[in-house]
Amino acid sequence: MAKSTPVKKAWRSLSWLGAIVIALVAINTAAVLWGGGSWTPKLALDLEGGTQIILAPKLETGQTVTDEQLTQAVSIIRQRVDASGVSEAEISTQGGSNIVVAIPGELDEETKNRIQSSAKLELRPVLLAGAPSDSSVGGDASASPTPSPTESLRATPTVSPTNGSDTNWITPALQAEYDSFDCSSDEAATTNAAPADVPLVTCDTTGTVKYLLGPVEVDGADIKDATNGQETNQQGASTGRWVVNLTFNDQGTKDFGEVSQRLYGLTATPPLNQFAFVIDGQVLSAPTMNGVITDGKPSISGSFDQESSKALADQLKFGALPISFTVQSSETITATLGSSQLLSGLIAGLIGLLLVFGYSLFQYRLLGTVTIVSLLVAGVITYLTLCILSWYQGYRLSLAGVAGVIVAIGFTADSFIVYFERVRDELRDGRVLGSAVEAGWKRALRTVYASKATNLLAAIVLFVIAVGSVKGFAVTLGITTVIDVIIVVLFTHPMLQLLAQTRFFSSGHPLSGLDPSALGAVYRGRAEFRTSAQLTAAKAASSSREAAKRQTIAERKAAEAAALDASGGSKPAKSAASAPSASGDISKNGKES
Amino acid sequence: MASRLTTFGNDLYTGKRSFDFVAKRKLWFIIVGALVLISILIPVVRGGFNLGIEFRGGSQFQITGVSDAETQPATDAVASVVPDAVAHVTIVGGGSGVRVQTDQLTTAETKDVATALEDAYDVTEADVSSSFIGPVWGADITRQTIQGLLVFLLLAAVGMALYFRTWKMSLAAIVALLVDLVITSGVYAASGFEVTPAAIIGLLTILAYSLYDTVVVFDKIRENTQEDVVETKRTFAESVNLAVNQTLVRSINTSVIAALPVASILFIGAFALGADTLRDISLALLIGILVGTWSTVFLAAPLYSMLREGEKNVKKHDAKVRSIRERTAADAAPAEEITV
Repeated sequence: MAKSTPVKKAWRSLSWLGAIVIALVAINTAAVLWGGGSWTPKLALDLEGGTQIILAPKLETGQTVTDEQLTQAVSIIRQRVDASGVSEAEISTQGGSNIVVAIPGELDEETKNRIQSSAKLELRPVLLAGAPSDSSVGGDASASPTPSPTESLRATPTVSPTNGSDTNWITPALQAEYDSFDCSSDEAATTNAAPADVPLVTCDTTGTVKYLLGPVEVDGADIKDATNGQETNQQGASTGRWVVNLTFNDQGTKDFGEVSQRLYGLTATPPLNQFAFVIDGQVLSAPTMNGVITDGKPSISGSFDQESSKALADQLKFGALPISFTVQSSETITATLGSSQLLSGLIAGLIGLLLVFGYSLFQYRLLGTVTIVSLLVAGVITYLTLCILSWYQGYRLSLAGVAGVIVAIGFTADSFIVYFERVRDELRDGRVLGSAVEAGWKRALRTVYASKATNLLAAIVLFVIAVGSVKGFAVTLGITTVIDVIIVVLFTHPMLQLLAQTRFFSSGHPLSGLDPSALGAVYRGRAEFRTSAQLTAAKAASSSREAAKRQTIAERKAAEAAALDASGGSKPAKSAASAPSASGDISKNGKES
Repeated sequence: MASRLTTFGNDLYTGKRSFDFVAKRKLWFIIVGALVLISILIPVVRGGFNLGIEFRGGSQFQITGVSDAETQPATDAVASVVPDAVAHVTIVGGGSGVRVQTDQLTTAETKDVATALEDAYDVTEADVSSSFIGPVWGADITRQTIQGLLVFLLLAAVGMALYFRTWKMSLAAIVALLVDLVITSGVYAASGFEVTPAAIIGLLTILAYSLYDTVVVFDKIRENTQEDVVETKRTFAESVNLAVNQTLVRSINTSVIAALPVASILFIGAFALGADTLRDISLALLIGILVGTWSTVFLAAPLYSMLREGEKNVKKHDAKVRSIRERTAADAAPAEEITV
């Protein structure tokens, strides 16, 4: 049955929509029950307030912070905060040396660490490694027992070292410093910084191994990208360990390749075949070089979990802060806009929505209810999506976001308007409702896809490139655009397909909004058209050509048949439309064609 | 029985009634040009945009040791010293402190405001500290946003050129988009409202809306002009004009429906209920929606037609249409002027 196909399709689409809504409700219910989700979207700083954190730079005496360093730090911190979710944090400077970070909600340890540590990455070759006690396990190291560092020991190499792994770097002074180095002492916390071109004595982050490291071979500035992921073994299976995968730029790839080749050649003399990833002066991991890495894509392992590996990847990706900061104070702050503002906005938005409903009904009669219900369904899905994103992505709804959602009403309604107008155009061309809906849909869908694609493109590009509140805007735009397309495809069109089957709509009731006579259907027997229309002959001819051209073959045949056996003024109507039309100006005889 | 707009739509669809969007383009271009010029001149005459603290930074006062803090005394205190300054007041630390941010003040003003705040909250001089705060919307945000926009415009232009199979539609759409942005900014400057991040977000929304609206109308133009390849009843310009007229009812309905909620926020929310922070974004949005919709009709479509009319194929087609039309007109005496 030709007629049942659209009905079947319509129900199938509606079932899909139902499934989507149920899935969203289920996800959010699960989030509320087990994941700390909520049935209301979280609000941004401007509507809910949050925590204001003042970061003071860690400076040594006499050192000052330049404006440039501060601006750079603000920019890096912003990217790091953004990377943890779309929270629309506000970051600025204060008094020429401090950085103020305002985030919605409370400051947790992870966020604190994320924003305050410098994350300066250095790759240094390992010269000596050992337990923090005085028993060193250096291959070439001529361990001299129990010397305490004294000024008299020689501090410059006698033979100038040829490369970073050259043991000539180990001067007696360094050896002494290394031997006496105690990871747990205060000394370890403060002295583990050395210029890039000289060796460094330090410990790993857990304080269980101490290292004497060569000069910096590659540093964090050459990192192009950093991601976190699970380590895979040679068979490609996941080992379950979290690692940070680095991608170096060309310079970094070249440098790293050279180091890799050299260290791989030193396999026989451990620990010289090890290299250390040093973050903020502490060794994060010091793997052995098991092969020559020339693609510039090493990965850092360590005692990571998913969160900490993500945090480090984000820090490395956006570069090191020019200076480290400490949290000086952290206080709660109230919303910059009062809750009364939000309420006013919502009331005004609601009134606006009612006006839209009124206008839709006025313009499209009963068809307007399809618009209204579609908007309501879109509203429900948008709301659920925002709740889920708040929970999953840290999305925060700001006032600008609320305005964005309200504007989306216009965008969404426009899809319906485009569609309805296309259906009306098809009716004007003389199609019966069922086929007008299908034909109008085909044309409208193309337009809807093309135009929504521009919106989606804007959303994606701004999300990827922009920072701060613009990113939040991009998310709102993207969500509403996708939901808009879902609604028009899975709700509005199926509803219209179903309504087209009802007598009320298919008979073109004047209140249906799809009354062919009101729409002045162009073609209902060309003879009548020519005589009655007050058009120029040329225009009439062109119009009927237009109408004729738009017909399907079946319609043309039906039309010819109708023109033959009816004395003009009747049009092929399908059986559903066989009842006498409420609009009395044309007699629709309802023939079976 | 049929609403007037429906009849109007019918007439526009068949071509019985038609507005000369394309033929009278010179007039529209002059009007648009004048609007753009005014929009550029307004901020120049007014001495630039009234940028908010978020963009320029400003002065900050932190009051501690307050019991049960409220925001109103601070707003009043600032207004008593610098009447036209915008003060953002925030309660800090659960009611024990107040943070006041204002436009950049002079040293003397800073001192006066600090004194006024002491009195307002009944605290000592040591409890009020003042400092300079940097912009929340820093140069990095602006830079990244502009970068994002340029990438978007480039991709959108290429995407439209591929979809419509002509770069001229991309050009016309982008020109209309820029005009929308300039006019919206001009009206915003004329209003004298402070430029806030919310207003910038509003402007970005307009950018998306403007291009969206142009694509909807251009898709109809594409449909109509494609028919021209096999049909010879309309010249190129007439096809474009018919498409604009056929989508005119949509343009009217869409601009009304999109503008209604925004206008409601602007007038009811901002003016009647006094939520003035809403007015920045809603003003930018309202102007942008109206300008965005109508720039497609009056600027983008006629401009596109103008760009194409000079093409060889189009010229050939138009000449053919005219010659056929002369013949038909000769047949159907009395010959009538065809107005499109």
